[in-house]
Amino acid sequence: MLITLEKRPTPSRGWAIATPVLAVILTMIAGGVMFALLGKNPVEAIRTIFWDPLFNPDVASYSRPQLLVKAAPLILIATGLSLGFRAGIWNIGAEGQYIMGAICGAAAGLALYPLEARWIVFPLMILAGALGGLLWAMIPAILRTRFRTNEILVSLLLVYVAQALMASMALGALRNPEGGGFPGSRNLSQWPAAANGELVANTGLHWGVIAAILAVIAAEFLLRRHILGFDIRLTGLAPRAARFAGVNPDRLILLCMGISGALAGLAGLFEVAGPAGQISIDFASGYGFTAIIVAFLGRLSPVGILLAGLLMALTYIGGELAQFMLSLPSAAIQAFQGMLLFFLLAVDVLSNYRIRLATKGAA
Amino acid sequence: MKRRTLLAGAALGLGLGLSLGSAAFALDKVKACFIYVGPIGDGGWSFQHDQGRLALEKELGDKVETVYQESVPEGADSERVMTQMALSGCNIVFATSFGYMDAVNNVAKKFPKVMFEHATGYKRDSPNVSTYDARFYEGRAVMGTIGGLMTKSNKIGYIGSFPIPEVIQGINSSYLAAKKVNPEVTMSVVWAYTWFDPAKEADAAKALIEQGVDVILQHTDSTAPLAEAAKTPGVIGFGQASDMAEYKPSPRVSAIIDNWGPYYIKRVGELLDGTYAQGATWAGIGDGEVKIGEITEAVPPEVKAKAEEVRDAIAAGTLHPFTGPINKQDGTPWLADGETPDDATLAGMNFYVEGIEGVIPQ
Repeated sequence: MLITLEKRPTPSRGWAIATPVLAVILTMIAGGVMFALLGKNPVEAIRTIFWDPLFNPDVASYSRPQLLVKAAPLILIATGLSLGFRAGIWNIGAEGQYIMGAICGAAAGLALYPLEARWIVFPLMILAGALGGLLWAMIPAILRTRFRTNEILVSLLLVYVAQALMASMALGALRNPEGGGFPGSRNLSQWPAAANGELVANTGLHWGVIAAILAVIAAEFLLRRHILGFDIRLTGLAPRAARFAGVNPDRLILLCMGISGALAGLAGLFEVAGPAGQISIDFASGYGFTAIIVAFLGRLSPVGILLAGLLMALTYIGGELAQFMLSLPSAAIQAFQGMLLFFLLAVDVLSNYRIRLATKGAA
Repeated sequence: MKRRTLLAGAALGLGLGLSLGSAAFALDKVKACFIYVGPIGDGGWSFQHDQGRLALEKELGDKVETVYQESVPEGADSERVMTQMALSGCNIVFATSFGYMDAVNNVAKKFPKVMFEHATGYKRDSPNVSTYDARFYEGRAVMGTIGGLMTKSNKIGYIGSFPIPEVIQGINSSYLAAKKVNPEVTMSVVWAYTWFDPAKEADAAKALIEQGVDVILQHTDSTAPLAEAAKTPGVIGFGQASDMAEYKPSPRVSAIIDNWGPYYIKRVGELLDGTYAQGATWAGIGDGEVKIGEITEAVPPEVKAKAEEVRDAIAAGTLHPFTGPINKQDGTPWLADGETPDDATLAGMNFYVEGIEGVIPQ
């Protein structure tokens, strides 16, 4: 008996929906085995990761809102990335654009410190944040359209430049003059004019969450109803046909990179003004890279990304709970998250291929 | 010597008067929670705090339950972790990194019945926040003495983590001690801007060795600088926070060991018998909170004897690592002949002493 893979003419719709669920189930099984090998009760560990953040009477009232806080930047960035990914434009450097959004947004706000007029300060920060991310994304975009450089490499390498800039800002230009020598800017979340705090107490709802939801709705509309969405889908499916249909590939690159950069920048701004509070050396927590996983976990569809972002956030928050409630090492949680991505990509084969069992020689 | 109480808060403008008796009721069993900035396997800072946690478990047996979370970044994540700890029934939370300061105070405000202990910090915004620290600079004076006598190039290097007072105390203290036994000695400081990052720490050590440095002190937590020193014959270093015994007898010739166990046992014990009160402690060699690791045979006997003399004099209180006359780097007088600084001045130290090269990043 041989197992052969037969390519489907079009990806299976049923499997496209079923595979993420299957991947989660496989992750639970493999993760459970790993937890068991570590000497922990696998059922308890899986329950702590997936159930306790939502329903544990002690912690859920706090962790549920935290899910939104953790998921919002992931969803915001992933939604932007998915547009480009669908058209075959690979912005891998969202982490850098996220950082630049935070730097530009925070700098714009801090320039006005200690102004109390929130209606000036906060909108200006949002604008500067989006612009910072957008301009940073324009570098690989323009290099690609003008000089045909590879946007994967350029955008990725610019992440490291952005990280170095972040460190130098935390130590230099944006350092809190009253910080007692410790690196880091003033705490924006403690300055009412700039704070991106909770809009309704104990819900976790902040402006970044609202922006993420709006981005999902806008992207869904764009892909379904707008000509740009059609161009994106067409370019992804058949680049040559798209060109014949009059799609300008350079314009599409600039647009997709620009939108994803601006959304990543926004995510950075909302994070630095809210949950993180300040520009600091380890501000960048990898949201820009994790968002790539979220985008693919959500099958590059806006609604899928919304769900995937929440799931990813759940593994983070639940993972933290499992660490201190069950004394699991932090590396085990990271391995668990890695399994999720692995199984997701592995079962992807099911939606693109049909599995056939064939007996030897029968042809 | 009695455990000294530090009122650095007063000097830092936070006002005097630590309110006492914030938890004057006894508990039958204490759940003690620890949050670490590095992995417990870092072999240094976080490892040593975890040793303290294990000592606590061993001492108090079934009267204490401990949980910990490692590698928690300073910032939004630490606030969430501590909140979840408080919600899940921790009676006392030990936050073991300077950068958790704002998060500790934010969370403590929301959970007045949970006690918070912040290592190396100085903010105690609510009555349930205490701070505790060790006089690492006392140990640095012993390391500086060994370094000053051992160096052949007369160049000592120091890997700094962050330019905060705790680190600057160590730089100044080791330099002064080295200078005392070897007037020719110079010190160069490299800032790594991390507490734990083996790659960056190794780079910093490499850069120092290339400059001709043959004694390396570190205020970062990994063994990477020692591993780097081991590649060049004649370069020595010291264990930081933990003994780092695997690099004995050389390049690791001695170590500053943080011994947190007694403090953890004392504080949790106080919760159990109802005598717990807000506090701010700063203990040193004399109290056993800072220990000097074995001085190996790579050090000549007379150097070892000199180092032990310094150690014992500090422990006995007859020698203060900062004893005047000392000038600041710019030449202005700091301490007059025979004068020693008070704790508040030390806790806010933000200048190099005369003779150290370079500037503190501002």
